[in-house]
Amino acid sequence: MKALVWHGTTDIRCDSVPDPQIEHPRDAIIKVTSCAICGSDLHLYDHFMPGMKNGDIMGHESMGEVVEVGPEAKGKLKVGDRVVIPFTIICGQCDQCKRGNFSVCERTNRNGHIAAKAFGHTTAGLFGYTHLTGGYPGGQAEYLRVPFADATHIKVPSTLSDEQLLFLSDIFPTGWQAAVQCDIEPTDTVAIWGAGPVGQMAIRSAILLGAKQVIAIDRVPERLDMARAGGAITINFDEESVIERLNELTNGKGPEKCIDSVGMEAHAAGTVDAMYDRVKQATMMETDRPHVLREMAYVCRPAGTLSVPGVYGGLLDKIPFGAIMNKGLTIRTGQTHVNRWTDDLLRRIEEGQIDPSFVITHTVGLEQGPEMYKIFRDKQDGCIKVVLKP
Amino acid sequence: MRYETDRTRRRGHADTATDTLARGLGLFSIALGIAEVVAPRALARTLGMKGQEGLIVGYGLREIATGVGILASKDPTPWIWGRVAGDGLDLATLATALEGNNPKKGNVGIAMAAVAGVTALDVYCAQTLSRESPHPLPPAQDYSDRSGFPRGVEQSRGAASDFEVPRDFRAPEAMRPYTQPQAPQNPMPSM
Repeated sequence: MKALVWHGTTDIRCDSVPDPQIEHPRDAIIKVTSCAICGSDLHLYDHFMPGMKNGDIMGHESMGEVVEVGPEAKGKLKVGDRVVIPFTIICGQCDQCKRGNFSVCERTNRNGHIAAKAFGHTTAGLFGYTHLTGGYPGGQAEYLRVPFADATHIKVPSTLSDEQLLFLSDIFPTGWQAAVQCDIEPTDTVAIWGAGPVGQMAIRSAILLGAKQVIAIDRVPERLDMARAGGAITINFDEESVIERLNELTNGKGPEKCIDSVGMEAHAAGTVDAMYDRVKQATMMETDRPHVLREMAYVCRPAGTLSVPGVYGGLLDKIPFGAIMNKGLTIRTGQTHVNRWTDDLLRRIEEGQIDPSFVITHTVGLEQGPEMYKIFRDKQDGCIKVVLKP
Repeated sequence: MRYETDRTRRRGHADTATDTLARGLGLFSIALGIAEVVAPRALARTLGMKGQEGLIVGYGLREIATGVGILASKDPTPWIWGRVAGDGLDLATLATALEGNNPKKGNVGIAMAAVAGVTALDVYCAQTLSRESPHPLPPAQDYSDRSGFPRGVEQSRGAASDFEVPRDFRAPEAMRPYTQPQAPQNPMPSM
């Protein structure tokens, strides 16, 4: 089959690789009908996340049709089922899964001992996302083996298009969880750093959950345009001061809720801390560039909440914990517990509350994937979300 | 890495970091130029170039003109190349101060090293800008109709109010009144 394969920093190719096989009785194989490039894939493309190996198949946003089912998954899945595959692989049986904390499933990361060394404990296995999270082949391919398939799937109806459903795999529940973590009240101003795909979903989620005012911060015109279309006030951080503008929009009090949809690769050219991060990262003294976290901690209203769906991988420097502590801020983080939200979100799509396909700007064949990684990374051609059709 | 912002798009470039560097070089040019115009004698003394104060003032005026050109133009590329040429002139002039028995040769060497460093930045900036400037960016994509809300934004605000935030995702109860509309408002104490 054809698949997008990681060969090194900024080196992803569309290769021919062996078709996946059922390896465990709980497995299933799906024929991928649509998959997408995620912003967090760019952390692998640029090799900021450790743990990738030459030959790894990329991708963790996929959907398709079940073509083969292992004997222990047969009660829950059958050949021909249409499914979206969540990016987190879940067993559905461990203590964390029973609590709905699917992203920290205790069983599915087959390299859990490596994750435990890095993070203290294992986290869930993820598709196509480093050997720290299991080294499972990803879904930017014609076929995908789904481990623990009896639990790791979202059945979807045939009445909706792939484009409306695909993002249940990651960015829609991720944006939703980011907003839910804020516990939004009708009086709240929610400020969202990063108007990429997750930021766009967080904007829509905050609107659906009834925020009084939603503010999006980015510098790419098309992203700001799309954010405004979704009901956000926008701040271009290249052209105005984020802190001053946020204080102006909140009568000097700061936003009650702040969402970091940027993560480890913040681009804040021109600020002193951004230059500091660049130097430290270049000299291997820091893994992540946490400009957004610093800015959120500084501008957030006292007793407010910082919600962090943006991916961080390691050690962060100069975090103003004094501001966080003295202002009594609550920090909520985490990879997304996808299946915890998808029944509810699927219903909202079916009812017409939201149509997540708005975010798609490019749809291409799998073989154009490597080129699209670069275009997406460089934010060229108005690229916000790429869907691949194997 | 290319980024397309309103400002860079207007100018036809896409790299904000290089744009920022160009502006920094423009400011540096003006600052150096002012120093050369205001204190030519001190500079000449430091470099052992007495008698060349007029030349230093001339170079200062050149720096100021270049700096203003960088900051005021829509496309600073030719002005940055102008800085590169000026750097060459500066280095050649400083090199003449190394001849003979100039007692300030050490200072001249330091000055030449500094000019060489700035020249490297100028060349990098000019090359990067030159690579990008010939082709103005295409018009920005219009995503103003992509709300994602089939019923419109205002109709959708609060549409998910039936959603019950799970207990483990709720804000601590003690912090909630802060933003509750029905929370009692404490009047400001009178002074």
